[in-house]
Amino acid sequence: MIVALDTILQGVLLGGLYALFAAGLSLIFGVMRLVNLAHGDVIVVAAFALLTLTQRLGLGLAPALLLTAPGMFVLGYALQYLLLNRVIGKDILPPLLITFGLSIFAQNGLLELFSADSRRLPANGLENASLALAPGLAIGIVPLMTLAAAIAVIVALNQLFYRTAMGRAFRAVSDDPTTAQLMGIDPKRLFAIAMGIAFAVAAIAALFLGIRSNFDPSIGPARLIFAFEAVIIGGLGSLWGTLAGGVLLGLAQTIGAEINPEWQILAGHVAFLFVLLARPRGLFPRAVD
Amino acid sequence: MSAIAAPPRFRVEIGTRLSLVAALLAALVLATLFAAPFLVGRGVLKDLFFVLTLVALAQYWNLLAGYAGIISIGQQAYVGFGGYMMFALTAFAGLDPAPAIVLAGALGALIAIPTARLVFRLEGAYLAVGTWVVAEGFRLVFAQIKSLGGGTGASLPTAVTNDAWSVRLLADLLGLRAAVARDRLAYWLAVVVAAGTIALVYRVLRSRQGLALAAIRDNGSAAGSIGIDEARTKLWVYVVAGFGASLVGALTFFQTARISPDAAFSVTDFTAYVLFVVVIGGIGTIEGPILGSLVLYFMRDWLADFGPFYLMGLGALAIAVMLFFPRGLWGSFAEKFDIHLFPIRRRLIVRDGGPAS
Repeated sequence: MIVALDTILQGVLLGGLYALFAAGLSLIFGVMRLVNLAHGDVIVVAAFALLTLTQRLGLGLAPALLLTAPGMFVLGYALQYLLLNRVIGKDILPPLLITFGLSIFAQNGLLELFSADSRRLPANGLENASLALAPGLAIGIVPLMTLAAAIAVIVALNQLFYRTAMGRAFRAVSDDPTTAQLMGIDPKRLFAIAMGIAFAVAAIAALFLGIRSNFDPSIGPARLIFAFEAVIIGGLGSLWGTLAGGVLLGLAQTIGAEINPEWQILAGHVAFLFVLLARPRGLFPRAVD
Repeated sequence: MSAIAAPPRFRVEIGTRLSLVAALLAALVLATLFAAPFLVGRGVLKDLFFVLTLVALAQYWNLLAGYAGIISIGQQAYVGFGGYMMFALTAFAGLDPAPAIVLAGALGALIAIPTARLVFRLEGAYLAVGTWVVAEGFRLVFAQIKSLGGGTGASLPTAVTNDAWSVRLLADLLGLRAAVARDRLAYWLAVVVAAGTIALVYRVLRSRQGLALAAIRDNGSAAGSIGIDEARTKLWVYVVAGFGASLVGALTFFQTARISPDAAFSVTDFTAYVLFVVVIGGIGTIEGPILGSLVLYFMRDWLADFGPFYLMGLGALAIAVMLFFPRGLWGSFAEKFDIHLFPIRRRLIVRDGGPAS
């Protein structure tokens, strides 16, 4: 009983991390129908930036994030403005290929700079702290913070989307870029801002990834796949759906790992394929896209 | 009545005088490739094997992405699947490697049917990542099968490699050591597979199916209105691509005689290279993937000593080509000079005049 409860709790908390991975991907797809195949590598780049700031400059994790997140925003903005805006359009191959090329470029660039060693962000024992709920049932502080951060990010993004003028512009561009342009909206600048926000969220995801587990230059693609599965399970275009998708993926993986530790990732893929079979539009799809 | 008896004023042609010359040249290249083992050493043969299998994989991917508009980044699923099937068929079912490789391809086509039902529920860019998830699933499943070496992999037993019937036959015929005979068998099979693939893709594109593909690519709804079943056509192309990738995978792992999940389902080797080759060479052309494979081969030769820089350079080159020459090296060249070595476009020839357009 306690074991089952523990598995479910851990699964939900792991889902928070996946929702953080997926929030940026979901946002970009919602605004410009683009799948960034380098999204996982963007998270890893941010993790290495955090590592460099904390280890080389001796900064704490919070100040390091305060520097990394805006830095990532600028990087995302520039990438979209200078590169991806040139190829975005009806043909889906160029953006896919360019982001795939960036993924290979980033992985090998990090390999050259930081070697293939496994790294971890220093958290001064925070990673081992836990909250005892009952005998035999405890939850880690960091996983709890991760889930809280995921919820905070999604609330913030939803506020931005549905409560601000910029959010209105985002939704307008998403629905019909040509008409939005007639209303004086510059889609290219908005796309760049959206990509910047996605990169900044990736920095937050990188912080929790780096505290919770080891990372090295090669783990990006797997993070992209988890993020993608969370987005599809949750339903395209819905941020709360993405959170639910992340939680479901986390649950599937934790339950799979409980049965056989080697089945963790496979159980996640099976859950994803099952949702695809039963509900191809995901569990909580937005309007028809 | 006499008007009916008059010969038709139009005819439709696909071939050109240049394509005839190209065909003769291709035959010459093919003959040279077959003779290569008698002319060059084992090292060069291994390089040629790499280029030939890459050309074949690139042709199948180009058929998928360039002609059917299905962008898959998970074809390594079939490469690995084919490799493992070859392994199982030879080591456990006792089949000779040559028929086992063909059978592995057929099994790849078979497994592509249910896979397509699943991934085709996604569209466009999402389908692309969906195929990747499937490939990861395949990798994890094969890593669980202990009799196939589990997560660490296994080597083919010598009964399959050097003592196989076809290898011994070749060794006896040419008076070679078994290991050399196996290398040559793999090489000649690679020549057959690469040439057969180009011929197959070319035939498909010149057939009614090819016309249907072009119609779907240009306008899906219009194609549907004249009776083209888009879903069926795409499924069919996906199955052919699954067959091809499995065939190449089986051949590749017969040559290396060792298989492991990470090598068999490698994204870098079987998707990144293939994607870059097709895009750099020219997507939607038969010549492009061949040219791209040669470019990759020479880059590899040049930059292999620089480790990660090689792949960084390749990624950057593919991005640059996509930005500035979206039709690739061959595509831009062919467009500028109107040169097509493997023409697939139908041209209307008017009897008493030049070609009408």
